[in-house]
Amino acid sequence: MSDDIYREIILDHYRNPRNKGRLTDPDVTIHDSNPLCGDEIDMHLKVEEDKIKDIKFEGRGCAISQASASMLTEMVLNKPLSMVKNLAKEDILENIGLTNLGPARIKCALLSLKVLKMSMVKYYTDKDPKSAGDFRDEAVKY
Amino acid sequence: MLVYSLYLKAGDNIVMQKTALSVEEIRQDFPILKRKVGVGGSKTLVYLDNAATTQKPYAVINAMNEYYSNYNANIHRAVHQLGEEATFAYEQTREKVAKFINARSTDEIIFTRNATEAINLVAYSWGRRNIKRADTIVLTEMEHHSNIVPWQILSREKKSKICYLGVDDQGYLKMRDYERALEKEAVRLVSVSEMSNVLGTILPLKEIITRAHEDNVPVFVDAAQSVPHLPVDVQRTDCDFLAFSAHKMLGPTGVGVLYVKKEILEEMPPFIGGGDMIKEVHQQNVIYNDLPYRFEGGTQNIAGVVGFSAALDYLAAIGMDRVRNHELDLTRYALSALSDLKDVIIYGPKNFRDRGGVISFNIADIHPHDLATIMNEHGIAIRSGHHCAQVLMERLDVAATSRASFYIYNTQEEIDLFADALLDARRIFRI
Ligand SMILES: Cc1ncc(COP(=O)(O)O)c(C=O)c1O
Repeated sequence: MSDDIYREIILDHYRNPRNKGRLTDPDVTIHDSNPLCGDEIDMHLKVEEDKIKDIKFEGRGCAISQASASMLTEMVLNKPLSMVKNLAKEDILENIGLTNLGPARIKCALLSLKVLKMSMVKYYTDKDPKSAGDFRDEAVKY
Repeated sequence: MLVYSLYLKAGDNIVMQKTALSVEEIRQDFPILKRKVGVGGSKTLVYLDNAATTQKPYAVINAMNEYYSNYNANIHRAVHQLGEEATFAYEQTREKVAKFINARSTDEIIFTRNATEAINLVAYSWGRRNIKRADTIVLTEMEHHSNIVPWQILSREKKSKICYLGVDDQGYLKMRDYERALEKEAVRLVSVSEMSNVLGTILPLKEIITRAHEDNVPVFVDAAQSVPHLPVDVQRTDCDFLAFSAHKMLGPTGVGVLYVKKEILEEMPPFIGGGDMIKEVHQQNVIYNDLPYRFEGGTQNIAGVVGFSAALDYLAAIGMDRVRNHELDLTRYALSALSDLKDVIIYGPKNFRDRGGVISFNIADIHPHDLATIMNEHGIAIRSGHHCAQVLMERLDVAATSRASFYIYNTQEEIDLFADALLDARRIFRI
């Protein structure tokens, strides 16, 4: 089982995270942590023409949370915000290839998605309260 | 009396069984140790999370079952037989607790829900009356959140200060900080855990207390990790307050103990108001009950206290010196097994004699949660995270550690399995 979780690709993203760091002039920055295990993620986003123009993350925590964040940034870079809106937890788990995590560890895998959805709440708060509300409903699920 | 004989029956058994510390025999008393876990239930449980809570022997489970089956009743006010029996069992436990920690009197023993509530009781009752603006409460960087947060709540209200004694790189308390704090600050209370739940460090309690008393400063001892594992004698150390939890010493959850020196307790205002803690209630005034009942408002966890009684018997029959020696053996063995592995950082004193049966560590770049997941598959329960000691984690400059902690039923073979699983973790992480 552990051999299935800690596959080469997870360890690779854990040890060589993509899009790790900060942006000089982000439109949104959001931080969250998992109180159970202390995993932390900060997301920095640049949005242009309803697309994620640039995204970087900072964080510390277990291999699952950090690899999942790294893979998520690759997944959404240059994608329209509508795609982020439609992202479901199943998409994330499938993308990282971990569909049978136990309840304790699934939170690690989904922390970055939660932070991304929270970034969208912040982004839309002034511009479009309805979209902000939709994202908020999404974010609280994780 | 019926309860007494029921009670002794369970106790007698234990005494006969436990004339020698035979771990194999002890293990027979713990049903959970037969539990299969891991993938498809293929592994026998190896439980190394005893600093969080310990497993329960049949004696404890049966004692609670016995109470609910045979003499369940509320205590102290009933005239009927069941009420008398339940009261007897409850009060007898208080006597056993007093004896276990060598208190002078049962008046000094208060049952709470856990160690945390005991600390809060003192912060609320004693603290609000005695801590004033600009006073200092001395803690250490090793404290559990439950020995930090209640004092922060109090300090915010009173505008008092908290001063943390440092931990050196070997995991020992910096006694120089202590001297400095006592000299420079208006110290009104010292509150320290006798044994760290992360580093395992055992503090020089007698020295700390003697020094505080020279300045007439009372000392609170968070004994959540020490009473379960070491001989503790409140008269020898002369501590003023002491708190611990039953669930960390074979007893059920939901029962804690607060010891307070009688002369201090007599001056303390009540904590929780309600039934049982009063003598008389009139429309505009009350007369509080005598000690220790004044601090036990509302119906108590009677079944839990009855179960705790059996736990105390069990440990007393083994003898705390032997509990300590067994854990010393395991700790020495585990420290040496861990130091044989590459890329392992062990936190806390290198000398096993200065620590309890708790080992926090990290291995290479494997995050503790990932390690715990891999261990879990081997059927091994360890803890990972900040262990409710974030101040210490900041001091150590780590986000989390893995922690293995031992008790009377653990064996060297289990530590071998633990070491094998660590090797497997290295393989999985391709180290
Ligand atoms: C040193 C220390 N103090 C206090 C506590 C709190 O115990 P409880 O949660 O039973 O109140 C613990 C438990 O983890 C502990 O290890």
